[in-house]
Amino acid sequence: MSHHIVAFENVFFSYPDGTEALRGVSFRITHGESVGVVGANGSGKSTLLMHTNGYLLPRSGTITVGDHELTKKSRQEIRKKVGLIFQYPDDQLFMPTVFEDVAFGPLNLGLSPERVHECVEEALTTVGSLDLRDKPPHHLSGGQKSAVAIASVLAMQPDILVMDEPASHLDPRSRRALISLLRHFHHTKIIASHDLDLVLDVCERCIIIKGGKVAADGRAEEILSDRKLLEENNLELPLSLQRRGQSPGGDMDEITKLHHLLEHWAEHNTEHARTYQEWSKKAESLGRPELSALLKMIADETTSMDAHFRKALELCR
Amino acid sequence: MHMADAMLSPAVGATFWTGSLATITYCSKKLREYPDEKLIPLMGVLGAFIFAAQMINFTIPGTGSSGHIGGGMILAIILGSRASFLVMASVLTVQALFFADGGLLALGCNIWNLGIYPSFIAYPLIYKPIVHADGSLKRIVIASVISAVLGLQMGAFSVVTETMLSGRSELPFGTFVLMMQTIHLGIGIVEGMVTAGVISFVRNARPELLERLPTAGTVTAGASSRKLFVTFILLAAITGGALSWFASTFPDGLEWSIERVYGKPELPDQEQGITAVLKGIQDKTAFLPDYNFQKPEYAGQQEKPSSWPSVDAGTSLSGILGAGIVLAVVLIIGLGIRAIRGRRS
Amino acid sequence: MTFDNEFFNIGYLDRLSYRDTVVHRLDPRSKVIVTMLYVLTVVSYPKYDVTSLMPLFLYPILLSALSDTPFLLIAKKVLIVSPFAVFIGIFNPFFDTGTIDLWRGIQISAGWISLLSIMIKFTLTISAALLLIATTSFPGICHALQELGIPALFTSQLLFLYRYIFVLMEEAMRMVRARDLRTFGARNIGITVFVRLIGLLFIRTVERAERIYQAMLFRGFHGKIFSIKQHSLRPADTAFISLSVIVLVVLRLFNLTDLIGRFVQGILL
Ligand SMILES: Nc1ncnc2c1ncn2[C@@H]1O[C@H](COP(=O)(O)OP(=O)(O)OP(=O)(O)O)[C@@H](O)[C@H]1O
Ligand SMILES: [Mg+2]
Repeated sequence: MSHHIVAFENVFFSYPDGTEALRGVSFRITHGESVGVVGANGSGKSTLLMHTNGYLLPRSGTITVGDHELTKKSRQEIRKKVGLIFQYPDDQLFMPTVFEDVAFGPLNLGLSPERVHECVEEALTTVGSLDLRDKPPHHLSGGQKSAVAIASVLAMQPDILVMDEPASHLDPRSRRALISLLRHFHHTKIIASHDLDLVLDVCERCIIIKGGKVAADGRAEEILSDRKLLEENNLELPLSLQRRGQSPGGDMDEITKLHHLLEHWAEHNTEHARTYQEWSKKAESLGRPELSALLKMIADETTSMDAHFRKALELCR
Repeated sequence: MHMADAMLSPAVGATFWTGSLATITYCSKKLREYPDEKLIPLMGVLGAFIFAAQMINFTIPGTGSSGHIGGGMILAIILGSRASFLVMASVLTVQALFFADGGLLALGCNIWNLGIYPSFIAYPLIYKPIVHADGSLKRIVIASVISAVLGLQMGAFSVVTETMLSGRSELPFGTFVLMMQTIHLGIGIVEGMVTAGVISFVRNARPELLERLPTAGTVTAGASSRKLFVTFILLAAITGGALSWFASTFPDGLEWSIERVYGKPELPDQEQGITAVLKGIQDKTAFLPDYNFQKPEYAGQQEKPSSWPSVDAGTSLSGILGAGIVLAVVLIIGLGIRAIRGRRS
Repeated sequence: MTFDNEFFNIGYLDRLSYRDTVVHRLDPRSKVIVTMLYVLTVVSYPKYDVTSLMPLFLYPILLSALSDTPFLLIAKKVLIVSPFAVFIGIFNPFFDTGTIDLWRGIQISAGWISLLSIMIKFTLTISAALLLIATTSFPGICHALQELGIPALFTSQLLFLYRYIFVLMEEAMRMVRARDLRTFGARNIGITVFVRLIGLLFIRTVERAERIYQAMLFRGFHGKIFSIKQHSLRPADTAFISLSVIVLVVLRLFNLTDLIGRFVQGILL
């Protein structure tokens, strides 16, 4: 298996009406990466995402997903690897009950009824919605719908999760819940969003699309704190990086920027430590004491870094 | 206009259910033969669209009163005969359940009246030939109005026929027909105008949308439309035959046969007055005089078609007494259960 | 506005159908079958029968009590829903003017009796239909229909219809409200505005259908919708069906009202 799980090489695409939506997009994404795709309205984000699972095929250039190059023939195979989630969950929760909806994909894959049941329960448990299983989708709240839509894609056991504006219709609390859900996935993720705070929270890498081309590609924290770059792309600094009372348009001074970044890193650090801890427990229950101990050590050391962050934060004041 | 359970006799209800079910099965089978994966979700969502559209009331021009659309023709134009029929049947099913529009037995009639005519007659035999290939606005308007009017006229006539065959209403055939056809003439014209408006609006706004739609269900004009026509005539002949057989064999529908099977005591011809009344009722209910409806050999039974008018006064009182007691008991049972359940929870 | 009302009503019934009571737990098939048998029995009574229909009230009252279905809801719906039955039935008293002796010279015209009979049948059949949907989820009814022999293609798209009714009604309602706001509360929607409204709703609907189809493709759809639900008739269902059939047949054969009436009259007089 290649190192890259998704690779776009100089991809061009135009819609039947002649709109050139992608004009030479290239990037590579490795296993386990989580990538945010941002850009102005109409810059081509959705078009790009629809190429990842072969719904749209490039006019020229190549797209590789896993071991397959995307062609008309291979796209059926590729669809099994790429779980695509849209903006509005109503369009993808089309079955009459949550259970049947999540089971739709596994049934199409030809799994046995028992396996389907397992898959569905696992997926619903992952998103914390197992108790919604018998409800019809129109009885769910927006946040619950989003969670179930994710579960319905997870049940297909894709290698990559691709999401288009996953949080645009959610209230702040459901949005928070979604963010922490996404943070806990160890999938490869590609998320297109105007919600830069979400991208900052969930993704370590960020790609800016402008006029169908990649305008910037790099670490999310760096790109999303580059005010000038963002403003060139109709975007704004994420709220969490905006200093209150700062004069509009003025540059944020480097120390303040560092302060915000540190806050952000610290939050991530705590989160990571918790995840290591959880997995250490899981490893133990799986009868792998050695692994468990090692994870425990990593968790402890990560936790101890909290102190460093706190110290650094103080020094930034 | 929706047919209602209470206006139907079991025989008529069952006959139309059979006809509608057979058509549903036929259409489903045919559509499966030309599988278009897009069709199922599209049909479902368009059904929901019709449902939602029916809930928006608009002011009918020139009257000031408000109405809503039926949608049968819109569906037929967009989806073709078979798929549009299935969608209309679904819309009516949901209405019968959630709005109790008509009821479940009458659903068979309603699917027939509001589904068959627009999908299998008005659209392929009227709309398509008129609109033809060029599809100018003028043609669309003319075709929509004519086909919507005719579709609804046929539906209205069906309602009359079903009501008459069931024998629950006393309305004389002529009056009833006149009333229904006139009302539905107006409804049909408005429906046709709205249909044309919606179709041409969509054509102007998003021409590519209509072309992209799957059209597996469309019955193409020419050979297959002739085939369809023959099929329909056959179907009508069979249904008509079955109905008149029912009507002539069991003058008052199934109930008469039930009486015969269960052997109700023959009531002696004692009360002058009531027999006279019955005779009067009989004369009044006799519609379509030249329709071979009441076979002479059944004329004797015909005079005691039901139990109520033939009972004597004493029984009537006992009837009312009994009804009161039965109702009271039923209510007490209901309230009792509710009370017990209420306390438990 | 009626739209909001209808929207609320259908949503309310829908929610009722997902509760959990003895009646809700019955297999949808058995409820569909019994409801149809019940309706057939009701309409099989001759047109002047009024009192003999009374025992049939047992079914809706028992079912609504056992399923905790608000009685008022059913009553209200029955009251509003009946334009056709009333419209046609109301002519009976005018055309059927023969009189019937009720008791000691009190007379009533036969047309009134048949109208009353129609209204009672109407109440019974409509309550039965409403109780079916109030105690059985719509997907349940669809599965039942399919198991009873209705083609899968029909039930599949019926399920899609149900799934998107609420979504589209909400969309339509938003559009109507937006119009209301811009016209400062003018109630009437003229025909041209209506056409544009519906046209727009149609375009959105077709686009939505396209997105749904995409979503299905992305999850491995290739033409067939598989179902995993398997129902089995339990003893309770068998009991429910057989009991209902027996009671219906007995009631249809013997005029219970009349028997009780005679009996009581015999005691009193
Ligand atoms: N179906 C289509 N037919 C023709 N042009 C289209 C179609 N869909 C999108 N476009 C055009 O392609 C370009 C890119 O659109 P795309 O939807 O990918 O943008 P986006 O970045 O997702 O925008 P947004 O932030 O608004 O979601 C736009 O100019 C748009 O108008
Ligand atoms: Mg987009």
